[in-house]
Amino acid sequence: MPAKRIKKTPMLERNAKLRATDFMEVNEGYSKAAAAFEAERCLRCQDPICVAGCPVHIPIPEFIHEIAAGNMPRAAEILRSANPLPAVCGRVCPQEDQCEKVCHMAKRFKPVGIGYLERYVADWERAQPKSEDAKKPTRSQRIAVVGAGPAGLVCAGDLARLGYPVTIYEGLHAPGGVLRYGIPEFRLPNEILDWEIDQLRALGVEIVCNVVVGKTLQLDDLFDKMGYSAVFIGTGAGLPKFLGIPGENFNGVYSANEFLTRINLMQSYKFPETDTPLYIGKRVAVIGAGNTAMDAIRSALRVGAEKGMSIYRRSQKEMTARVEEYHHALEEGVEFHWLTNPIEIIGNDKGMVTGVKCARMELGKQDESGRARPIPIKGSEFVIPLDNIVLSLGNSPNPLLVNNTPGLEKNKHGCLIMKNDTPQTSKKWVYAGGDAVTGAATVILAAGAGKDAAAAIHKDLSEVVV
Amino acid sequence: MPKIIEKRVLTPITKMFRFDAPMIASAARPGQFVILRVREGGERIPLTIADFDAKSGVVTIVVQEVGVTSRILGAHKVGDNILDVLGPLGEPAHIPPGGHVVGIGGGFGSAALWCLMRELKERGDRTTVILGARHDHLLLLIDELREVCDNLELCTDDGSVGFKGLVTERLQQLMDGPGKPDHVIAIGPMPMMRAIANTTRDTGIATQVSMDPLMIDGTGMCGCCRVSVGDDVKFACVDGPLFDAAKVDFDEAVKRNKMYVKEEKLAAERQQKIMEEATHAS
Ligand SMILES: Cc1cc2nc3c(=O)[nH]c(=O)nc-3n(C[C@H](O)[C@H](O)[C@H](O)COP(=O)(O)OP(=O)(O)OC[C@H]3O[C@@H](n4cnc5c(N)ncnc54)[C@H](O)[C@@H]3O)c2cc1C
Ligand SMILES: Cc1cc2nc3c(=O)[nH]c(=O)nc-3n(C[C@H](O)[C@H](O)[C@H](O)COP(=O)(O)OP(=O)(O)OC[C@H]3O[C@@H](n4cnc5c(N)ncnc54)[C@H](O)[C@@H]3O)c2cc1C
Ligand code: SF4
Ligand code: SF4
Ligand code: FES
Repeated sequence: MPAKRIKKTPMLERNAKLRATDFMEVNEGYSKAAAAFEAERCLRCQDPICVAGCPVHIPIPEFIHEIAAGNMPRAAEILRSANPLPAVCGRVCPQEDQCEKVCHMAKRFKPVGIGYLERYVADWERAQPKSEDAKKPTRSQRIAVVGAGPAGLVCAGDLARLGYPVTIYEGLHAPGGVLRYGIPEFRLPNEILDWEIDQLRALGVEIVCNVVVGKTLQLDDLFDKMGYSAVFIGTGAGLPKFLGIPGENFNGVYSANEFLTRINLMQSYKFPETDTPLYIGKRVAVIGAGNTAMDAIRSALRVGAEKGMSIYRRSQKEMTARVEEYHHALEEGVEFHWLTNPIEIIGNDKGMVTGVKCARMELGKQDESGRARPIPIKGSEFVIPLDNIVLSLGNSPNPLLVNNTPGLEKNKHGCLIMKNDTPQTSKKWVYAGGDAVTGAATVILAAGAGKDAAAAIHKDLSEVVV
Repeated sequence: MPKIIEKRVLTPITKMFRFDAPMIASAARPGQFVILRVREGGERIPLTIADFDAKSGVVTIVVQEVGVTSRILGAHKVGDNILDVLGPLGEPAHIPPGGHVVGIGGGFGSAALWCLMRELKERGDRTTVILGARHDHLLLLIDELREVCDNLELCTDDGSVGFKGLVTERLQQLMDGPGKPDHVIAIGPMPMMRAIANTTRDTGIATQVSMDPLMIDGTGMCGCCRVSVGDDVKFACVDGPLFDAAKVDFDEAVKRNKMYVKEEKLAAERQQKIMEEATHAS
């Protein structure tokens, strides 16, 4: 193999110093030449194990082959038929743990840049004049989707393609779920999300914002009063966890959800041009080291923090953030305090946070999560002075809908209980998928669940005699 | 986008709006609120549902102009649309039936008592409303409230009308007299609600206050609205906004509401200028 084929063709990235001051995308995408070059690296294996590594089984060698052959429309078609959100997943999928992890090329060299190529095809498609024609529904059974995150959007899109009239009800004032309020624009520009949503609208999907099902409407109303034949629940996992340590309600202590929502959904980084304020001090720490934590702390630097840190009670090995995000954070100057556990948040008499008291930890035996359990070292307490703390401890499903809906069952983690691994809930004609079922997971799993549910709804509806 | 069908100027900075929102009107219960936005890039602000009518699909709110968003809303006219309105949010008021309920309102709190007291009176509770303000012309919705309770009491700091003194003093008199309340519900500025919490503390009179922390989504997603109630941390948007007065940590709540005073002032001055320039231009 020629030496230059050994490595993955690099993605152009904006300079770390420059980009750390704005919200423009960090990765710039492949050029045509780079994409063609990278596509040639794929071995077109007899047993394309990469496909098994992808949760929605995109026929990876096939679309990559079309890139190499210069047949972009065909590449786009193959890709989109398997994954309705390629521009999003090509950007935010944890590829290194999925398709690229198992790629045969990865055994001796570096894996094929499947995610980068996926993104390249999707971006090419977006640049083409109009891809889907406006459609009129051809069926009479109407379907309601609750929540406009990736699960709901994908489910709605697939059902609309099958000819069903579909309405999405979304609680916030804009659709997209975490893609809108959580993931910052430097990783996923709003423009891309807006384009995907426009595609859905062109398919005839109706999106009604400012409706919380469980409050504005009850789930049963969708059937009884409004005449929908089936409902898909894609309400996500939007309930933030807190530490339960003293001082968490000091001003300047945010949940990652609040912090990111202010920045992304409310665009507070443009304040006072926009109306929602954000408080940012000089020294900011995020508690946690997952993707959400990286998004929060990198955002903090972009809105003016001088020092950004991540405080994590385990070690780098156990961190859950994607490697690429971790590296981007390092490049942008984020400091990592491993094996450091917050035990108390400290504030002043005005109610503002001034720091966090932490204990140093050492790693013990594996715990139930399969990771080494962190144990505090006696007498190791120390204080890190801070102006802001962002708690990024994970999210669980929002109980609002389930608690208000008789007959809908959830487990002890708040996740919806499904009928033997089908997309069906404990309630007839109510389907679900995404984080509401699995707990906080990934975009591609949510998208895949939306797809599966659309197929199940179609199958079940086709079996009833109308 | 809900359309405004009626507007009333209650005081120079307090406006009442009725707007078309059939889904909200048919789901609403007393004690709940809406979250609205008035422009692209605008803030989401919570406002109590003052009244609602499922039949006509109309919702009533009363807004006090204190900053950018409330001021822009206040300038809306009949026929204008409100960009986004989400609701009803929060838990409705739960008051065991059959007792004497005293509702105490200050500022926009009078509005919040409106539909609540009507419902309590209609189901047969004995109802008293105590309204408080600095001067008589700051008292809101007196006629409307008189209609929906058995006994309306007015209190002013300067004695310009009704009882001269604070609402808590009048409440204390009621508690000491024959009309002892079984249940108190207070909606208004934080200092007033705190004073009432202190007045009924240890008396055994169940007392609820309607907390108004800063909010964003209103669906339990961000935790911005957290309030310490006893040993628990509650999200006011989904667990509240009504909480047991005796257990609320008012000190913390007051401090949390002051979080963005500097930014709000900056934004208000900027908006004032924009609005003034607009009036000059027209
Ligand atoms: C900051 C952050 C960064 C992330 N980064 C990545 C990443 O890089 N890669 C990756 O693969 N995954 C990432 N994830 C995870 C990923 O975003 C989620 O797994 C995915 O969005 C789940 O999709 P969903 O459709 O199930 O739910 P969500 O995206 O949560 O959408 C649910 C929607 O439903 C709405 N809703 C909720 N309840 C109701 C109701 N009762 N009525 C009406 N509407 C309602 C919500 O407002 C929301 O819009 C990240 C998550 C976060 C928070
Ligand atoms: C559940 C709930 C119900 C409410 N009901 C009503 C209502 O019926 N009518 C009404 O006029 N207002 C009500 N409020 C308060 C209202 O939401 C705020 O006044 C509004 O958010 C101010 O927005 P703004 O942009 O105009 O001012 P901002 O610029 O945000 O603030 C201006 C000033 O008001 C103060 N302030 C901001 N938010 C609040 C708040 N939540 N409570 C007290 N002071 C605040 C700020 O500290 C600042 O001094 C309610 C609040 C909650 C949480
Ligand atoms: S969707 Fe994700 S896992 Fe599947 S091929 Fe694309 S990047 Fe890989
Ligand atoms: S495993 Fe790797 S090299 Fe083989 S087909 Fe898949 S992407 Fe190509
Ligand atoms: S306002 Fe966001 S959780 Fe209450």
